[in-house]
Amino acid sequence: MKGLPVLSLLLWMCAVYFVGIYLFVGGFLLVRLEVNRTSTCGDVLQPGEEPVDFCRVQPRFRRAVLLIIDALKIDFAWFDPNNTAPRPYENKLPVLEETVSSRPSHSRLYPFRADPPTTTMQRIKGFTTGSLPTFVDVGNNFASSAILEDNLIHQFGQVGKRVVFMGDDTWENLFPKKFHRSLPFPSFNVKDLHTVDNGILQHLYTTMVGDDWDVLVAHFLGVDHCGHRFGPDHPAMADKLTQMDGVIRSVIDRLHNDTLLVVMGDHGMTDTGDHGGESQKETDAAIFLYSPSPLFPGPPSQSEPDVVPQTDLVPTLALLLGVPIPYSSVGQVLLPLFPPHGQTEGAVGRLSQLEALWINAKQVNRFLETYSGMAKDIPPESLSQLKRQFSRLSSEYLSSVRAGRSPSPQLAASLQAYLTSVRDTCRATWARFNPLKMVVGLAILAFACLTCFVLSELSPALIRENAPGLTAPLVVALAAGACAAACQLLARGYVEVAWCLAAAALSSELLFLWRARRRGGTAAAVVPTDKNGSKAPKRAAWLTPCRLLIPPLLVPLLRCASLLSDSYVIAEGRAVTFLVFSLALYIPVHLNWDGLLLPPIHDPLKAAGFLPPAAPSPSTVRRESGVLLACLGLLVGSLYLSLSFHACREEQGSCQPSPFLSPLSRLQDSQLKNLHYVLSVFSLGLWTYLLRRCLRHYGNLNSSGGTAFAAHWVLPLLSVCLALHWAVSATPDDSFRNLAELIGLAQLALPRAAFCLVALGLSLIWLDPLTVFVKTRGRAGRGRASPLPPPSYRASTGISPQAELHHLIPQIYQRMRRSMDDGGGELSGAGEVDSSPAVKAYGLGTVYSAPLLLFCGLLGIGLLLLHPEGMALSFLLLLLEMGALLHIHASSTNLSSLHGTYSGGFNVPWTPVVLWSLAATQFFHATGHLPTFPSIQWGAAFVGFPDGHTGTLLPASLVTLNTFASHILFAAGCPLLLFWPLVCEVRGSRGARACGEEGEDAVMEMRLRENPQQFSSALLQLSTRYLFLLGAQVFASVCAAAILRRHLMVWKVFAPKLMFEASGFLVSSVSLLIGVSLVLRVDVAVGRWFKRLVPDASR
Amino acid sequence: MWDHEIRAMASTHAIIAASVFMATVIPAALVPGFSVYGTHLLWLYSVSGAVTAVSVAVFWLLGITPPTKKHTVGFKLSRLFRSCLYFFLSCLFFHTVVVLYGAPLIESALETFSLAVLLTSLTTLRCLCVLGPNVQAWIRVFSRHGAMSVWDTCLQITVACTVVGAWVGAFPIPLDWDRPWQVWPVSCSLGAMIGFLTGLVAAPAWIHYHRKHLTYKCK
Repeated sequence: MKGLPVLSLLLWMCAVYFVGIYLFVGGFLLVRLEVNRTSTCGDVLQPGEEPVDFCRVQPRFRRAVLLIIDALKIDFAWFDPNNTAPRPYENKLPVLEETVSSRPSHSRLYPFRADPPTTTMQRIKGFTTGSLPTFVDVGNNFASSAILEDNLIHQFGQVGKRVVFMGDDTWENLFPKKFHRSLPFPSFNVKDLHTVDNGILQHLYTTMVGDDWDVLVAHFLGVDHCGHRFGPDHPAMADKLTQMDGVIRSVIDRLHNDTLLVVMGDHGMTDTGDHGGESQKETDAAIFLYSPSPLFPGPPSQSEPDVVPQTDLVPTLALLLGVPIPYSSVGQVLLPLFPPHGQTEGAVGRLSQLEALWINAKQVNRFLETYSGMAKDIPPESLSQLKRQFSRLSSEYLSSVRAGRSPSPQLAASLQAYLTSVRDTCRATWARFNPLKMVVGLAILAFACLTCFVLSELSPALIRENAPGLTAPLVVALAAGACAAACQLLARGYVEVAWCLAAAALSSELLFLWRARRRGGTAAAVVPTDKNGSKAPKRAAWLTPCRLLIPPLLVPLLRCASLLSDSYVIAEGRAVTFLVFSLALYIPVHLNWDGLLLPPIHDPLKAAGFLPPAAPSPSTVRRESGVLLACLGLLVGSLYLSLSFHACREEQGSCQPSPFLSPLSRLQDSQLKNLHYVLSVFSLGLWTYLLRRCLRHYGNLNSSGGTAFAAHWVLPLLSVCLALHWAVSATPDDSFRNLAELIGLAQLALPRAAFCLVALGLSLIWLDPLTVFVKTRGRAGRGRASPLPPPSYRASTGISPQAELHHLIPQIYQRMRRSMDDGGGELSGAGEVDSSPAVKAYGLGTVYSAPLLLFCGLLGIGLLLLHPEGMALSFLLLLLEMGALLHIHASSTNLSSLHGTYSGGFNVPWTPVVLWSLAATQFFHATGHLPTFPSIQWGAAFVGFPDGHTGTLLPASLVTLNTFASHILFAAGCPLLLFWPLVCEVRGSRGARACGEEGEDAVMEMRLRENPQQFSSALLQLSTRYLFLLGAQVFASVCAAAILRRHLMVWKVFAPKLMFEASGFLVSSVSLLIGVSLVLRVDVAVGRWFKRLVPDASR
Repeated sequence: MWDHEIRAMASTHAIIAASVFMATVIPAALVPGFSVYGTHLLWLYSVSGAVTAVSVAVFWLLGITPPTKKHTVGFKLSRLFRSCLYFFLSCLFFHTVVVLYGAPLIESALETFSLAVLLTSLTTLRCLCVLGPNVQAWIRVFSRHGAMSVWDTCLQITVACTVVGAWVGAFPIPLDWDRPWQVWPVSCSLGAMIGFLTGLVAAPAWIHYHRKHLTYKCK
């Protein structure tokens, strides 16, 4: 058994995948840290004079009305009188043009450019905080969507302005409890054009007439929904826009002199009515400013901006309404709204252009300093340049103000330039996809999948050649990485690690593939001289479409294709169950097609022609088929039941989340609570019992090692701990008042004890994985004194002289015999030795699978601890499904080997591996998880830590363990697929062919030790196949995110799916590595044990 | 080889396909407001009925049904009874499988059962016609070397096409297109029907092109 090549190849493969994911995610997911500081009125932003309280100064406007018309594209707002045949969306808002032309100093209409992602939620965040919201705004509170950054609404509240909101209920989630009065309407149903708008219109005018408000926000959704449903070029859009025209007219009629009206769209739309991306059609909305009192110094001039960036609204509104600019705004005041320097005498509290710019620049500089202290994602050289620019400008401004002379007009221009460059820097960092990184990440992932596939097909050759061929790729990778670093240093002066990694990964992959191609060619050329020449053409042609389109590979293909559609991602739980069920049904159908399911008919013609002379006995075949069908029934049953543990996405309208998902303490009905508790404890008990039953059946519990100790004591104790913990956490707070302290203590101690027990059990298994109990025949007296009487597990005795003692054991056997002869014979059993085996080792047949099984079992209970109690049922189903899958795989292997058609060595075919990987996804859903951020079970972080944490590492890992529980279990248990056919082998099926004679005893997993080379290659093949399937899914979701990055649902469906798929892959591959290394650890231990047996016996 | 049989098969299939067509057209003429989507169950039962009647008649006339050893009326009656029983059991079987595939258990049980009836009349009924009420023979037919005649091969192809068609028909259900044919069980029954018709065309064609390589062990 060559452990090192297997492990190193797997590690290399995982590393390559990680690099690909890292690169893509780095280019796709824009991450920004949230600054949690807020601006206050006391901020010293004015120069020179003693600090003035900013908010006390009389503001320019007392009140403001914000009419947000969702998806009001700039094309909708223009009015072209020459257009005689307007399209449905053209010339429908004449009020804007009329007002602008009739009252030029009161109103303006500008294009209003949003930053991508152009989705409503991000846009609302954008024009209230003045920042550039990205997909992941890393803040303190990941679970709720409330805006924690400083924003306009917060600032209005701080200075006591009453904000009244009506419309899209997204606002209510973003600003909970921030409004003086709020009338949210449901926004989710895209088909509904009127509910929100009519709701607003019912209250808008009455509210405006009253005096109970200072800032009125009304968010209309009709235009956006109309676009999504019909597209802009539809009569319904004309109706909707005409309605909006009327609304704007009525609002203008009701305005007072001290009120500012802002009509704006949050984003545009494409010609099909979608938005989310970065094309100009999606980003260019309209903004219309109006006030009954003169707003602008004069009619539109040449110096006016062509386009107003969306971030600029925030500082402008803040300064016009007399509140501090929100802390993290990077916008620039809209200069035309402020009088030029020296013309401010007329009005009180009017800031001049230069003053406004100065306040703005100072605030932006302050934010930049704070942010660069927190995060390092802004390039340092541009940061230092910006700092220099600001200090120069500030000294210039301050000196001119102190001297009392009016600053030069160039100063305003350079302040503007400074603000623009800050915004551009920030936008380059946060709001722009990096297409090059995305493409390179995609390429690395694609090649990684291909490499993984090739590796799984070539694993026997690789292991046989005694060199995994990894040295050269690694050297090349190092060289390429160094090269990339040097090039970057030369060209740009600093090194970005991502590119070095990319160069390394890509070069090593390509080299490996190239060598594999050559090797494949030579193997095909050489093999005809080789003895197994019949397999040669197969290996040469492993990439032909014919071999790739077999159903077991078609199912993962369908699965990957389904990741490209938002509907299938939303219905993923059911879709995966459907696929698992289909593939499971395929197994017996396929076996029957090959004529393996039923005993061959006694047909002289057929028997002579097609079947090997040693036809299996019909009863064996029937029994195996029976087992297979029974297990299929079990599998199907658990599949069906697992559907009832699903949670619901918000997109699934008529869906009820599973009642088992809520923790017991939330159940009101005490009878129902008891029932749930009993069910959970029952399934926990059954889980423990089944595990122990299985180990006992194969004789692994007889030994006295650490693993047996874990099975004997740790496992039951852990279950008891867990059951008690559930009971304690389910008790209502007020029922046992006098025991409150005790309950509090138990809530702390029980889960922690369980954690410790899990850790103890796992480390015991790792340290002493052998579960073999040796009994020497000659000393029956000692055998009787052992904790268990000589068991009747004859089938479980692993060692048999004929097959097992091929190379190593004969010596032991001989020495053992001699030693007993020397010992003088307490019993007259010398003659007995000749006829039956002298050494019986119980549990040797399952020496590999037993520790792995126990490992998974313990881990499963540990993961169950992090879930709500009701999930115990789902975990039981998981165990049953695992067992059913293993048995189905074992019996189908047995059936094919019984008929003599099995020719794979220990190799695991695609079907069970595909089923195994799909089942992991299936139970991800069946344990109540969903690939969305709101559905993460944050409660897991507080199991055993009811008072919260100080750090972030521990809660993060607890939540990760909870989220990817099924991924972990299935990946760690993956090597079981290799062992189970051996565990369940039918006597005389393989033995007959392997040894040429009928083996009397089951040899089971000792076969693996007889063929260490085949063992390693099969293990490598199994794990690379599993990795390939996982990697293909990651690749598909990466493709979905890259292709559909302008899709309406990208930030709601595809991007979260990508995050979950990628982190699932990370967790799975790590657990797969743990599982494989546990197997290798067992192998080492078994080797040592055999060595130790020799001196023991000779003593 | 087997040119005669292939011709018989092609004409049989043409008759069955025509019956499907008629079962769609005639109710459209007779029943006001009939449409495949709108009154789906009516269409479904009319098609299943037509296929059942025509298949039984054609296969009986052709004499494909395996000869019975006994010719007593009692034996024939029991055979008929067993066939009906198998038909019903197969409906239940398909119903169970479809529910396990994720169809709603209680809500639209009638629709699910109707789909099961359609599938039965497209697949099981053919088995009954060609092989008689003999489950062992059915299982044997669906193996690589199990076909004993051209009709068995044809059975394999049509049944596989129908089942795969119904399976593929489930794919569009989760999509959010809001089309009338996405409603349960319209897409599945349409898929099964299309698969069946494809099988009707494909089976004689496939056999015709492979007639040189087809060998049957015992007839």
